[in-house]
Amino acid sequence: MTEQQSNLDLPLPTGSAESDSIFSAATPYQKRHLLDLESLSRGELERILHDSEGFRQVLFRPVKKLPTLRGKTVVSLFFENSTRTRTSFEVAAKALSADIINFSVSTSSVSKGESLYDTADTVKALGADFIVMRHHSAGAPHFLANLMKEVSILNAGDGCHEHPTQGLLDIFTIAQRKKRIEGLTVAIVGDILHSRVARSNIWGLTKLGAKVRLVGPRTLIPTCFKDLGVETHYKLKDGLEGADVINVLRIQRERMEANLFPSIREYVLMYGITKKRLAWAKSDAILMHPGPVNRGIEVDQDVADGPQSTITEQVTNGIAVRMAALYLLAGARDT
Amino acid sequence: MSTMLIKNGRVLDPSENLDGELDLYIVDGVISDIGKGLEANADETIDATGKLVVPGLIDIHVHLREPGGEAKETIKTGSRSAAAGGFTTVCCMPNTNPVLDSATGVNYVRAVAARDSLINVHPIAAVTKGQLGKEITEFGDLRFHGAVAFSDDGMPVYDAEIMRLALEYTAMLNMPIMNHSEIPELVGEGVAHHGRVAMKLGLRGVPRAAETASVARDIELAAETGGHVHICHVSTARACELIAEAKQRGIRVTAEVTPHHLLLTDQAIETFSTMARVAPPLRGAEDRDALRQALRNGTLDCIATDHAPHTDIEKNVPFQEAPPGMIGLDFSWALMYHEMVGAGVLTLSELVARMTIEPAKVLNLSGGSLAKGRNADVTIIDLEGTTQITRETIKSKSCNTPFLGKQYSSKIETTIVKGRVVYSNGQCTKLEAISHP
Repeated sequence: MTEQQSNLDLPLPTGSAESDSIFSAATPYQKRHLLDLESLSRGELERILHDSEGFRQVLFRPVKKLPTLRGKTVVSLFFENSTRTRTSFEVAAKALSADIINFSVSTSSVSKGESLYDTADTVKALGADFIVMRHHSAGAPHFLANLMKEVSILNAGDGCHEHPTQGLLDIFTIAQRKKRIEGLTVAIVGDILHSRVARSNIWGLTKLGAKVRLVGPRTLIPTCFKDLGVETHYKLKDGLEGADVINVLRIQRERMEANLFPSIREYVLMYGITKKRLAWAKSDAILMHPGPVNRGIEVDQDVADGPQSTITEQVTNGIAVRMAALYLLAGARDT
Repeated sequence: MSTMLIKNGRVLDPSENLDGELDLYIVDGVISDIGKGLEANADETIDATGKLVVPGLIDIHVHLREPGGEAKETIKTGSRSAAAGGFTTVCCMPNTNPVLDSATGVNYVRAVAARDSLINVHPIAAVTKGQLGKEITEFGDLRFHGAVAFSDDGMPVYDAEIMRLALEYTAMLNMPIMNHSEIPELVGEGVAHHGRVAMKLGLRGVPRAAETASVARDIELAAETGGHVHICHVSTARACELIAEAKQRGIRVTAEVTPHHLLLTDQAIETFSTMARVAPPLRGAEDRDALRQALRNGTLDCIATDHAPHTDIEKNVPFQEAPPGMIGLDFSWALMYHEMVGAGVLTLSELVARMTIEPAKVLNLSGGSLAKGRNADVTIIDLEGTTQITRETIKSKSCNTPFLGKQYSSKIETTIVKGRVVYSNGQCTKLEAISHP
């Protein structure tokens, strides 16, 4: 039994997943915050993914609740709209018996020009143990983490930088289906330039030994991405051939309006994932999407709903990964 | 009559090809004699044995923020920062509030400087009214009232035809246009060099072409008109090539480089440090190395700090929300001596030239020389000393610098403006003691 578990006085739910896990629990998780995947070691990533397996089982129990974080307060502080991530964190916190409070940014003094620091300081003074934050500025959670030693900050997406729990849940989903990460080829298709999901996936996957390909138009994948240790492909077919995993990103209309690509129509013609194009990848390839899906745009209806799609599994896995993150951060706080 | 004798120092003045143990005799704020073992009675004698005596340093690109930005800096605090850094002359940019685009604004700065400043402050006036890029200012009248150059710095002169006309008109006045040369569409919302670091951090990038395409335009317009364009804070290797080629063709182009572009790369922002956010952005190592070579071979004429104070409140925000800029007056000499002379990029004499006579030549200023008859603007430096950069030692009102907490070799000992000591041993002289009659 690790120190973290004993301190929390609550073991992980154990089961077959423990022994089956492809991820090692050998490395303790000792970081107070979860800001990005770039700064995590392979061991730390494996630890979170390993523990996620145990929490996932809880979600399939009749009583989906553990007392792990009883008496702890999680405040969700979202400076950008979000339904999925926010709700997922809420479900995760509740399943761990934490109190979760939504700090409403749009109706608070933030809209009156209060600084990010003052807002977070207020949240801290209100007794938050965890702040789950989404912010439109890259590095905003890092900025807060430097100033706040007592509160654990979970980055729920910072500008175009990272979305670490989404990266973790994507990798977790791949591992569930493929029983390995090492040696897999993962194609991430779409607007890489603006995607925090892509960046977290790149770091997490490459650290765990997967090969990452970025696929999309050059305006959305500047050549300097190659320096991050990934392949870049501008032809969809080249990017998909031999891939074990296709992770399709959401295409946003604003990007077209900024002339990053000529039209949605042309994007669909060149990069939309159809059933026929899906067949360019390995026959057992899985098709992922962080949601919400633009059906008929970045991915066709029958592909999104087909047997290779993991879209709904990702949602469930997201809860498990976020439970593991809260649990491990609580342990790191208490040591 | 007041007299001062600076004895036994190593006098190094590239403008006069002087380098040796010499004495400097100053009468009524003017250099009266220079020579070996001068025998003269003086009201004040400074023993500069073992010290370096150079013409007062000149910075042709600073932001003193007054009027309008007094929370960041004032002419008073900026002048103290400059005096502590060995600068006897600075030229301040007009992007104040209101913008220095009229005789009134220029006279205001000169009046406040006469009252509050320890050193020489020359205003630079705007190229366009309100720096809005639409209508040119009264260049002739502004010159008459003391503007030494024109710039819309903070922003480029966007409209090519406005730039052409401004260069044509100022050619007649023999005045330079100092351009923050970047193509705004290519800068866009960019906050960092378009490269690996920005891509990794999810920050919007500024491609090199934002600068190089604009520099190419400015050079062509200077060639066409015969006007003098000065390129501010060059950041890319390719811009250096363009400038070198233009100089070879005899086009009137000059250029400056900042200490931070000479020392840092975009790696400095890897931790989202807002202190390292500047415009143009810190670029790659190949650019930094090319800037060093270009400074050495004279393609880049001079060093200018682009001293840009911002308050802690403004910088204490997420990276992309922070205003660009860093301070530099207090410690740029030590940074440059330690890193440029220390690394063999420049000789001591070359460094002194690029911080004295060369910037003076760019703007046609009278300083930068210890020749007889010149104003006695002199800086005495202890090359054996050290400069600590801390919140306590910085005399600027703001402390926004990524060099905070660092230490560099050499130390400004004494700064003398028109024969009066304005800074000595860590202390600025009280204004009352030097106020001019």
